[in-house]
Amino acid sequence: MQIPYTLQFINLLAAMLLLVAFAMLSQRRILSLINLFAWQGALLALSTFIVAYSTNQHHLYYSAALTLVLKVMLLPWLLHRLIRRLNVRWDVETLINIPTTMLVGIALVIFAFNLAAPITQLAEGITRGLIGIALACVLLSLLMMLTRRKAVSQVVAFLSLENGLFFAATSATQGMPLVVELGIALDVLVATFIFGIFFFQIRETFDSLDITHMEKLKDD
Amino acid sequence: MENYNLFFAALFQLAQLLLVVLAAPLLTGWVNQCQAWLQNRSGAGVLQPYRVLRKLFHKDAVIAHNASWLFRVTPYIVFGCMWLAAAIIPIIAVDLPFSQAADVIALVGVFALARMFIALAAMDIGTSFGSLGARREMLVSFLAEPALLMVLFTASMISHSTQLPRIVEALAHHQFVLYPSLAFAALAFVIVLLAENARIPVDNPSTHLELTMIHEAMILEYSARHLALIEWASSLKLFAYMSIGIALFLPQGIAEMGHWAGLPLAIVILLLKLMLAGAGLALLETVTAKMRIFRAPEFLGTAFLLAVLGLLIHFLLGA
Repeated sequence: MQIPYTLQFINLLAAMLLLVAFAMLSQRRILSLINLFAWQGALLALSTFIVAYSTNQHHLYYSAALTLVLKVMLLPWLLHRLIRRLNVRWDVETLINIPTTMLVGIALVIFAFNLAAPITQLAEGITRGLIGIALACVLLSLLMMLTRRKAVSQVVAFLSLENGLFFAATSATQGMPLVVELGIALDVLVATFIFGIFFFQIRETFDSLDITHMEKLKDD
Repeated sequence: MENYNLFFAALFQLAQLLLVVLAAPLLTGWVNQCQAWLQNRSGAGVLQPYRVLRKLFHKDAVIAHNASWLFRVTPYIVFGCMWLAAAIIPIIAVDLPFSQAADVIALVGVFALARMFIALAAMDIGTSFGSLGARREMLVSFLAEPALLMVLFTASMISHSTQLPRIVEALAHHQFVLYPSLAFAALAFVIVLLAENARIPVDNPSTHLELTMIHEAMILEYSARHLALIEWASSLKLFAYMSIGIALFLPQGIAEMGHWAGLPLAIVILLLKLMLAGAGLALLETVTAKMRIFRAPEFLGTAFLLAVLGLLIHFLLGA
């Protein structure tokens, strides 16, 4: 059976999304991390656009445009500004060393693929094989949040987790209603602003963005 | 008809053998020349490797007193292995008698055999550089080999065969399909190619700085015809790896089974692809910096990761 070219292209984009997730996991510099996040957004926008084109759903065009503006331009720009203001360009410190993180990542991908297999059987639509990849992206972002020590990279991980969820939504259900997507987009934007304010507060209190300092907050 | 075909197959096998062994130094020369251009040097010309080989063959060999027979036969074994490897790969045509004899796993084995002998010969002589180079080489190769196997397995899964001609047939001569898994495998393969051919991020082929050299450290004691054979074998290895890459990821243009008339065109296409690949390699080497030897495991770990991801994606997406 010959699958249509649009689906092949979406498959390719999904694979690249997974690759970017791994690249983020292995990245040592915050600047490149943010650039990778922008790339992830670009891939997401492109794949949404193609899903919109192939299923002929007009509201997905809007969400693709929204992704492009928000996740490729606005959020990376905000984050760049933030790290310039905070002056945090030093290397990201990871809790586990990177090769081990990678191996854990592979295990997570296998887990996600196994987990998604029964869902994939149930799902309909042209892009059902992609749920596993979306789930793997979400799990990898979670892993990144767990293994990073600095608050900025954790926030980037959180945002990329949202990317994974968004990808799952477009691939499995062919997009949520536009109202919901607008709401989520706004939420993400607001969250980034709030995180920005938090960064300044954290730094003022502890002179560092290392969140291990926060463990000392217990009153005893 | 049967005999006729067999005769032609043998003829083209012979043509491929000659082409590979004669063109391999040219490829090395081309890569060096591209590198020189990129670095604003005038370069020594694409024919420089031939001149070096001729010079080396005319010299008298100097062999250390404590060298055993192993040291002396290694250049011949290495050269033979690389030549055999280049004969197995479908470089210009699919239907060659040699390629039926060995599949991709055997091919990896042939490379491993050559590597084992060269490492043993480096240790045989007893110099500190020799054993240092041999150990580093084994470190790099033990990390690169699984990644290479995974890459080959991904291609084998897609085409349901470990025979390189069947893989090329399945990928090139059927309807065009985008394979995300192969894209991953291709990335992993590039990393393995860089590591196995002693190219820049892992090893620097043009330096004798003791702290960084891997391949050069192993062949430090060789001279004259032995050195010439080893250099030639290195060129052949690069040629073979690039041909594997072309066969797996860009097989369009390799002559089909029983389609001998397409051969001249196949050779032209092959040369074009190799020129592009060589220029790409030179560019890659110019823009990257040599990494510390301790970073090499991480680099090759990335290759393994990419190859495994390719395999997993093939399972999930079926493509």
